[in-house]
Amino acid sequence: MSAPLVWILIPILIGGFTLVLLGERVIALTGGVVCASLAAIALIVPIDEALRFGPLSIKISSSASFLGRSLVLPPTEAPLLAVIFGLCALWFFGAEAAGVARQLIPLGLMICGFLVASLAVQPFLFASLLVEMSVLVAVPMLSPGEQRPGRGVIRFLVYQTLGMPFILLAGWLLAGVETSPGDLSLTIQATVMLGLGFAFLLAVFPLYDWIPQLMDQNHPYVAGFVLWLLPSIVVVFGMSFLDRYAWLRTSPNVITGLRGMGLLMLVTGGLWSAFARHLGRLMAYASITETGFLLISMSLAGASGVNLTFAFLVPRGLSLALWALALAVIGKSAASLSFPSVQGRARMYPWACAALALAGLSAAGFPLLAGFPPRLALWQALAHDTIAGAIWFLVGLIGLMIGAVRQLAVVVVNKEGDRWAPTENIIQRGMLGLGILGLVLLGMFPQLPAFVVGRLPLMFEHLSR
Amino acid sequence: MPNPLVAWMAVALLAMAGTGLLLSRDWRWELGLLAAQYLGAAVLVAQHLPLGMAATKLVTGWMTTAALGMTLTVLPYREQSGEEYWPQGRVFRLFMSGTILVLAAAITPRIDAVMAGIGAPVIAGTILLTGIGLLQLGTSQRMPRVIFGLLSVLAGFEVFYAAVESSILVAGLLAVVTLGLGLVGAYLLVAASAEESA
Repeated sequence: MSAPLVWILIPILIGGFTLVLLGERVIALTGGVVCASLAAIALIVPIDEALRFGPLSIKISSSASFLGRSLVLPPTEAPLLAVIFGLCALWFFGAEAAGVARQLIPLGLMICGFLVASLAVQPFLFASLLVEMSVLVAVPMLSPGEQRPGRGVIRFLVYQTLGMPFILLAGWLLAGVETSPGDLSLTIQATVMLGLGFAFLLAVFPLYDWIPQLMDQNHPYVAGFVLWLLPSIVVVFGMSFLDRYAWLRTSPNVITGLRGMGLLMLVTGGLWSAFARHLGRLMAYASITETGFLLISMSLAGASGVNLTFAFLVPRGLSLALWALALAVIGKSAASLSFPSVQGRARMYPWACAALALAGLSAAGFPLLAGFPPRLALWQALAHDTIAGAIWFLVGLIGLMIGAVRQLAVVVVNKEGDRWAPTENIIQRGMLGLGILGLVLLGMFPQLPAFVVGRLPLMFEHLSR
Repeated sequence: MPNPLVAWMAVALLAMAGTGLLLSRDWRWELGLLAAQYLGAAVLVAQHLPLGMAATKLVTGWMTTAALGMTLTVLPYREQSGEEYWPQGRVFRLFMSGTILVLAAAITPRIDAVMAGIGAPVIAGTILLTGIGLLQLGTSQRMPRVIFGLLSVLAGFEVFYAAVESSILVAGLLAVVTLGLGLVGAYLLVAASAEESA
């Protein structure tokens, strides 16, 4: 048995299998259990080592050959697989409560498989093709057949597709840079190509206009899943470039560019969030700022930058999942998620509105919530390097905080004649309650996921030094 | 086997097909021109890759065109409605495609001088395809046009990338992406028309 078979082929095949399942609950349970099992295998069974169960011996080899190239998932990537599939399990178990298990899980599993393949393919430059394949699978998931595709979906498809050629061309140019490192013009060309490619893939300012549109026009839970998973994997892909090319990670221009773009995304996302009048768009702006945090973390030198980037992984996944679930629950009976449509919804959906408020506050770095520890650590590290950057960081956080408080004010507003009549079902309450508990626990005990997250920097031999 | 005359003929075909694709508002013509575009692209790919791999690109492109064609055939609406945004109109589109042709003619020799070994026809074909594709993406919100634009950009990139990377895996994955884009396009076309016909 090989690791690519377990973590790439099995999710894709089971994704195909769940397409024929009928019940929402069966699909949600199948997807959730499969992902949880894959996460557990990644944690328990060592890759490239024999594991003995009495007379039985299991060994998962790290590589498999495909069309003359290798797919390799080395032992150092096992913690990342555990985190990705663990968080996917969380999203898939919550899909039934959100009412989108059939829409999300079959294609979501396939997307997971393709994105893991993008981490495994050698040479890693070809990963952008697999990312593009996952984008193509994501389109029917975001826009179900009975719904007219909105501009957000079309722009998502266009921008992500345009990113792929730039990355592949950058890979070709980087090979030239390796052979003639003194060629300045080639180096600049490679850096520009790479920058453009990642600007499209990560929806860097100003190419993020599709994110609010996507959250506005599509189901928030499905769109949230894409906004969580895709940037998470693309950031790891981007770090592979920094790890592989010494001149790239030591270039002051690249570091300044990453930091500048990250701060720009944080500040613009925060400011738009402060003025947004749509709950879905508020989450979209928060997800834009999350990408900003990741870019700022990547710009920090050495091991601290890598550690900080990975420190965002679990809180980000949990917070976005909870936020998206809350929006899905609130949006079920509302005409839209615009502020006038959701006024006073806390009386109908107290759990969902509590989750919404806490997820928003966590995104803004409110103390004792999951988002606080990584934001504080990043802010401190940034302040060591640049005070101006730290001030702009604060501006972004203030914008997010204003947005979080505004959405809380809207959902708890007391409209005349409204009475407390909670309508969430037991599954929704259970999932929302678990999410809230996780958000608080991660805020109070940020070292809880350290047993996995702490091993993630080992993926990058040079960056983790 | 590289043949400059055949390659330049392919570039001429790409220029005509690209301009026609930009000007036409009839889906039948558009599909025919897209198929011609893939023929030209495959000829340029064959300048650097074995004929078998170039044929794969041609077949993939035509399969994509066929998938889009089958979808457009059964759709309830076929009229070519005007664009929402200014500027628009045939003269404007003709002017823009002329700009791309001039751009290709102007910068191909320069790029050819910097990137020796790729060949001027391949570079010119790449600029034409990507330029016309980006133009379609930038000037239209209509679903078929967006898909044609993306496919044109991708075909242009494939022509260039074939000259620098001969991996079977990359060729296979690019074929899957092209076909996938066609299928997603067909899906979006159906989804877009479902609500209109309802």
